[in-house]
Amino acid sequence: MVHDLYQETILDHSKHPRNCHELCGANHQAEGFNPLCGDKLKLYLKLKDDVVEDASFVGSGCAISTASASLMTESLKGLKREEALRLLERFHDLLTTDSPVTQELGKLVVFCGVRDYPARVKCATLAWHTLKSALENQEEPVTTE
Amino acid sequence: MSTLTTDIATGFDVERIREDFPVLKQTIHGKPLVYLDNAATAQKPQAVIDAIRKFLEVDCANIHRGVHELSQRSTAAYEETRAKMKRFLNARSRKELIFVRGTTEGINLVASSWGHKNVREGDEIVVSAMEHHSNIVPWQMLCEATGAKLRVIPIDDRGELILEEYARLLNPRTRMVAVAHVSNALGTINPVKEIVAMAHRAGALALVDGAQAAPHLRVDVQALDADFYALSGHKMVGPTGIGILYGKTKLLNAMPPYQGGGDMIKSVTFEKTTYNDLPYRFEAGTPNIAGGIGLGAAVDYLSQIGLDRIAAYEHELLLYGTRALAEIPGLRIIGTAREKAAVLSFVIEGIHPHDIGTVLDRLGIAVRTGHHCAQPVMERFGVPATTRASLAFYNTRGEIDALVAGLRKVKEVFA
Repeated sequence: MVHDLYQETILDHSKHPRNCHELCGANHQAEGFNPLCGDKLKLYLKLKDDVVEDASFVGSGCAISTASASLMTESLKGLKREEALRLLERFHDLLTTDSPVTQELGKLVVFCGVRDYPARVKCATLAWHTLKSALENQEEPVTTE
Repeated sequence: MSTLTTDIATGFDVERIREDFPVLKQTIHGKPLVYLDNAATAQKPQAVIDAIRKFLEVDCANIHRGVHELSQRSTAAYEETRAKMKRFLNARSRKELIFVRGTTEGINLVASSWGHKNVREGDEIVVSAMEHHSNIVPWQMLCEATGAKLRVIPIDDRGELILEEYARLLNPRTRMVAVAHVSNALGTINPVKEIVAMAHRAGALALVDGAQAAPHLRVDVQALDADFYALSGHKMVGPTGIGILYGKTKLLNAMPPYQGGGDMIKSVTFEKTTYNDLPYRFEAGTPNIAGGIGLGAAVDYLSQIGLDRIAAYEHELLLYGTRALAEIPGLRIIGTAREKAAVLSFVIEGIHPHDIGTVLDRLGIAVRTGHHCAQPVMERFGVPATTRASLAFYNTRGEIDALVAGLRKVKEVFA
């Protein structure tokens, strides 16, 4: 029924989110907020020589937004800044267009079901909006609105 | 529950009533629609749809303007709604009923027009912790502009206003008390008659947000002695974009216009404009005529069934739903006031309301998830959001059973 949306990996990461803690020595961070459902997220990045060395998050949200943050932090490690931004674009395309799924996305393809649930796209993108803000080091919390 | 109200509720032919609502005869994702989002907006009976259609197809013209036949017809139909609303709310005069876009505009009208004339630095406005954002933000804006202070009546763990705290907030600087008749997020029915009386004893005015009350219980503005009472047509089986602000004649007469334009004037020259009399003084521009006519049909429809019968039937549903939800492990109902309208706001341990809403939707069940435009309420109960099933007189026990089955499915998915 809803298993196209809530795939096993998503359920797993929502129940047992990875990298869900504050990050000592983070040099980029940002807050994200979805005013529609009250989801809040704080993202921490440690960049060295423009490469994401470590990433983590804390916050509260629905299964989709938690799993998205968890899988995103996993995917980011080892990526250069511009690679992280390109991944963000690919992820956004995955959710909002009919574009074919690219290999680049790796595990993130489990979110392909979200495109059939327009009301949930914002849940899946909250972490990624926050990533953009963290990379740009904006002070203001970003919102999905 | 008295025998009398039980009888009224049992004699309620809900299946026949459902026939009046075309929208209910559909499937969503292959399942019969179970519409439990009535506090957001109510569905429309055929009579309302027909009234709007007749206006658009047969009587369409601007009101209060032409001498031609169509304009007279549309004016008569639109003004007839004002007369119906006067009876519906038991106002003294039709001059006391201002057409607005909805409750939000009604409250903004008072905060802006009455507020800017009467509120000064150091004055106080009292709202409650269970208000919808529309009964918070206009007053905050007024406070910001004037230097007045916003005071908040706290609520207890059941979601009832703490009246002793309210009494302590009142003082000679209190100018306005603005509270909901029924809370949209919790379902609490507030003792507004007492709240208004307390405000008056302190020398303050009282505005009641009636958006959630008007469709579910009998409202008598004279008995409540409310100075202002605002409501939305679309919550009471009428169209969106139309509502009513009731205000006492003396107060309305002393208030400056809210918006300027056509219809709110007697004469205009570049030297001086004379404003129109009540109620037109607050009705600038061509209004939502079709909406106003639809609202008249909605009021007729509700009155034919009878608000007392509606309230009794919905109360039965609320009791049934409360018992049924209590059997789901890990479910906590938010809002357990002793006087309560048919709103079931709840959280389930470990499952976010958004996920609950998505799974229920796939089963054809429409509920609201989120903060219900009442973020302070969510904060008070320490939850980011809730799932809310809000019932109407066309809902059935079978639909509540479907909700319960749906929630068991939710628990399976996220077990």
